[in-house]
Amino acid sequence: MFVPCERGGGGGCDFTGFALLMPAVSVGNVGQLAIDLVISTLRMTKVGYFYTDCLVPMVGNNPYATSNENSMELSINAEVYSLPSKKLVVLQIRSPFIKNKYRPFCQTLLSWVESCKCARVILLSSSHAYQRDDEQLLGTPLRYLLTPALEKAVEGRMQELNWKEMEKVAAYPGINDTEKVLHIPGGGITKLLFTESCSKGIQMAVLLKFCSEGDNIPDAFALVNYLNEWLQLIKSRVNTSSQWKIPSSWRLLFGNGLPPALF
Amino acid sequence: AFLSSFILDSLCWEVVGAVKLWNEWCRTSNTTNVLPTDSFCLFYRLISDPTVLLCQCSCYVAEDQQFQWLEKVFGCIKKEGLQVTILSTCPVADYKTQESTLTLSSPFLRALKTKEFKEQVCCPLLEQPNIVRDLPAAVLSYCQVWQIPAVLYQCYTDVIKLDTVTIEAFKPLLSSKTLKNLVKDVSESTKILKKLLTTNETHNNIYI
Repeated sequence: MFVPCERGGGGGCDFTGFALLMPAVSVGNVGQLAIDLVISTLRMTKVGYFYTDCLVPMVGNNPYATSNENSMELSINAEVYSLPSKKLVVLQIRSPFIKNKYRPFCQTLLSWVESCKCARVILLSSSHAYQRDDEQLLGTPLRYLLTPALEKAVEGRMQELNWKEMEKVAAYPGINDTEKVLHIPGGGITKLLFTESCSKGIQMAVLLKFCSEGDNIPDAFALVNYLNEWLQLIKSRVNTSSQWKIPSSWRLLFGNGLPPALF
Repeated sequence: AFLSSFILDSLCWEVVGAVKLWNEWCRTSNTTNVLPTDSFCLFYRLISDPTVLLCQCSCYVAEDQQFQWLEKVFGCIKKEGLQVTILSTCPVADYKTQESTLTLSSPFLRALKTKEFKEQVCCPLLEQPNIVRDLPAAVLSYCQVWQIPAVLYQCYTDVIKLDTVTIEAFKPLLSSKTLKNLVKDVSESTKILKKLLTTNETHNNIYI
């Protein structure tokens, strides 16, 4: 459930017309890293917590700290940030899902989206690169998906951007190639959230990248630039990668310093 | 162990409750007929001041039970004027720092506090990118969301078994506002500490 930071009238859950941007906990954590870049660059303000029993608990100090003063705010595993000037609200998820909690989370999330009247949901996700077929190995590793409700609203914008839609795969490969289904291996709650949104008539877009586990920082940059082509969150210049601000919590992603005695 | 030696005392504290967990990590063999004192998660109340509660949780609470543990426990406590202090330990290998952990002088304390906690903390705050997990994280998250003043003291140690050095790392807390009035006589503490450690040692010895 959404719990605002400020109690009282000021911190209500009214995001009418806002776009909700959120990650799927997926391969390489690319969606979550991309969201970190968005929050950090746009200096978004924390407006509340998404308090749920579906995620593993964790706490830490402010991951977007820029000085000693703001480094002492406690952060939990799921928090909501907003930027009213761009009509953007962001949900960041920082820990994995607890077993059997995918569906309850999707239901809670979508009913929250409906109750606070968000205009649309944009899900940043990723999928295992090794599961691509021969055709997918060529060309761009970025894909999109739109629910029917959003397709009507955007009216061919994706075609203008020259984006590639996520291909469906055969339900029974080798046996029957006519029946096609959506398959997003490594995507976490992506498929479930997408199909639930389709059935509820919610405007949702999924932006995903094919990648593997490893150093996923370049993948995060690629995904956030892909998002920016559509939403124009920051001004696109030739070298957009340098305009995204890396948060202070990305330090030491690959462990501590080495003991000098090793050499 | 720190709490047992320095704070708890059968004269001043009484057992008021227990949390039973359906959990393979729990060492209780007979789960249908567990006595309150058999439980690995006990709640004590200070007899002279019933507003002070102490919880000793010596078993692992699995991630899918942490939320329920919180709801059950905090469901029984009045939130107004509530203040929570959490003590926990963690291997120093989990501590992320620019230098190698071999050069750090462990054990050492780090703290995390909720927005509402306005008192002085007894040690530096936990620096990014370090995080805290499990039950201590669950309790602190709950307190942050529901605006309860709370502080977590995490001790990073390089010893797996119970030892005096790690326990004594928590000593700065004895002078904190919350614990100052609850501290026992120093000589008693040393006795209990020794007893706790010798009981554990006999199990560690592989020689007869």
